[in-house]
Amino acid sequence: MITKTVNQKAWFLVLPVLLIVALNAIIPLMTVVNYSVQDTFSPGVFFFEGTKWYKDVLSSPRFHGALGRQFLYTAIILAIEIPLGVLVALAMPRKGPWVSVCLVLMALPLLIPWNVVGAMWNIFALPDIGLLGYGLNWLGFDYNYTQQPVSAWMTVVLMDVWHWTSLVVLLAYAGLSSIPDAYYQAAKIDGASSFAVFRYIQLPKMKRVLIIALLLRFMDSFMVYTEPFVLTGGGPGNSTTFLSIDLVKAAIGEFNLGIAAAMSILYFLMTLLVCWVFYTAMMRGEES
Amino acid sequence: MLELINVGKRVGREDHMADISLQFQRGSLNVLLGPTLAGKTTLMRLMAGLDKPTSGDIKMDGVSVAGVSVRERNVAMVYQQFINYPGLTVYENIASPMRLAKVQGDELDRKVREAASLLKLEPYLERTPLHLSGGQQQRTAIARALVKGAELVLLDEPLANLDYKLREELRVELPRIFAETGAILVYATTEPQEALLLGGRTVTLHEGRVTQFDDTIEIYSRPCDLRTAQTFSDPPFNLASVSVQARQLDFNGRSFGEVSETITALADGHYTAAVRPHHLALQPTDQHTVALQATVGTSEITGSETFIHVDVAGNRWVVLTHGVHRVEPGQSIAIYLNPDSLYLFDAGELLARVPSFAMDGR
Repeated sequence: MITKTVNQKAWFLVLPVLLIVALNAIIPLMTVVNYSVQDTFSPGVFFFEGTKWYKDVLSSPRFHGALGRQFLYTAIILAIEIPLGVLVALAMPRKGPWVSVCLVLMALPLLIPWNVVGAMWNIFALPDIGLLGYGLNWLGFDYNYTQQPVSAWMTVVLMDVWHWTSLVVLLAYAGLSSIPDAYYQAAKIDGASSFAVFRYIQLPKMKRVLIIALLLRFMDSFMVYTEPFVLTGGGPGNSTTFLSIDLVKAAIGEFNLGIAAAMSILYFLMTLLVCWVFYTAMMRGEES
Repeated sequence: MLELINVGKRVGREDHMADISLQFQRGSLNVLLGPTLAGKTTLMRLMAGLDKPTSGDIKMDGVSVAGVSVRERNVAMVYQQFINYPGLTVYENIASPMRLAKVQGDELDRKVREAASLLKLEPYLERTPLHLSGGQQQRTAIARALVKGAELVLLDEPLANLDYKLREELRVELPRIFAETGAILVYATTEPQEALLLGGRTVTLHEGRVTQFDDTIEIYSRPCDLRTAQTFSDPPFNLASVSVQARQLDFNGRSFGEVSETITALADGHYTAAVRPHHLALQPTDQHTVALQATVGTSEITGSETFIHVDVAGNRWVVLTHGVHRVEPGQSIAIYLNPDSLYLFDAGELLARVPSFAMDGR
């Protein structure tokens, strides 16, 4: 006969995990949920507001603007970084002494902290003393990221491409390296063109890592904060005010805790939803 | 006819292939037999035109193809790994060589379905290779090679990654499938048994050199030298140093007597004797007349056969007998040798004497 031993001490073993998850995820999230449905005028005094903040946020042109800019930014980033990363990975040597040199060079931008990247580009792109800014103006382009929205956007995008394309390159390169030589040989014997090799061998074999790259770059660029904040502070005007910058402005600049909390929740749900849709769509494609 | 004339391949300062001269007839089945790193794949790459030989010439029907790119040659190859286009369905995979050759419409469809039915792939035409078993993936790769209608089909250990049962099945089918196309079939393997089962002709390779090229069964019965004999025996030949003096064969200080008339023709001197494991017996018979003292190392029982690893005067031998025999490690047993079944190789490792049963090719 099997006797089931009941040992209440087991709870103690689970406790640390519960504590950690509670402290770093559930409690902060619940605080935000709490703020998003209440109004407050002084510490400890709260009024229940129901869905008021959500309605306010969803109907505010400011939120629509930030959301639109956010999606545009992410779309541009993905449209540039994914193909560019794949191209660079394809161009990298597959064997020999240059492999490690290339890999280290590629990994370098990834090692630099976000705020340092922002500060670097801030100076690099200054129209009067920065190499990029001065150079562009010298070439005859009217470029000033502190005053022109187009210049600011260009700089923000360029900065992200510089910082994060490497990640796509490294992932794509890992995917490419896993293809056995025999595949290339077989394609050569078949008489396949190099485009056919890319389309029918390399791309399908890279598919899984590219899904990961796409997801990572989506999440990261959708939550971008530090770099544009350091570079432009969301300006000129609010032309580079993305969701996270807008959120921080509402919460800390204007102390609109209810609005900011409602925005946070919506922001979180959007990221989650888009990632889920991405993932299921791509995994379904994988199966068929 | 594919001809290799004194072909060599040198990489850096190393000779990967040296002095290869072979001729393969149309519609023939040829086995490349040799252990790993013997140069089977290198030789295939040269034949396919993937690599250029550094010396010598390769001719197809008398025309040199040594400098011709593989894209312009009509060659098909099947690998040990199952190589198919991962994103395409089985149908499209089989169709791919023909699409590149601009075959279209009904002809393409007919050929794909023909190949698919020959390789039993009909139920899987709409699947991608990822959703097939290993055997089905390899069948797809073989179908791709088949529809190409290549004049040279190279199979580089195509069955090595398959399980036993599938291997048996495909091994029987493969030569049959390609026989109708009239292609030169070249099949690389590390297993002597596979070469024997396939038949045809065999090239034995050792360290980038051809040691023998002949009918498979002929090499098995009359290996030209010790290397070839060792390459073409699994379990390996049992070897021992012997000497011949005044018509007497002497092994480890013991004379076998005047064992056979063929030995009388041999010059006095030292020889290497080789006997196949299944030519040894545990009981004396009319032929198995010479008893040798042996110490048992280990034994492996497969059910129908028993492999007994023994030590005979310092030589590690294997006795292969029918049925189940129980012996204990360390046990002293007598094994019986048929002196007539001995191969003898001279000091230059060349074949000096074959057993009388191998004389008439039995």
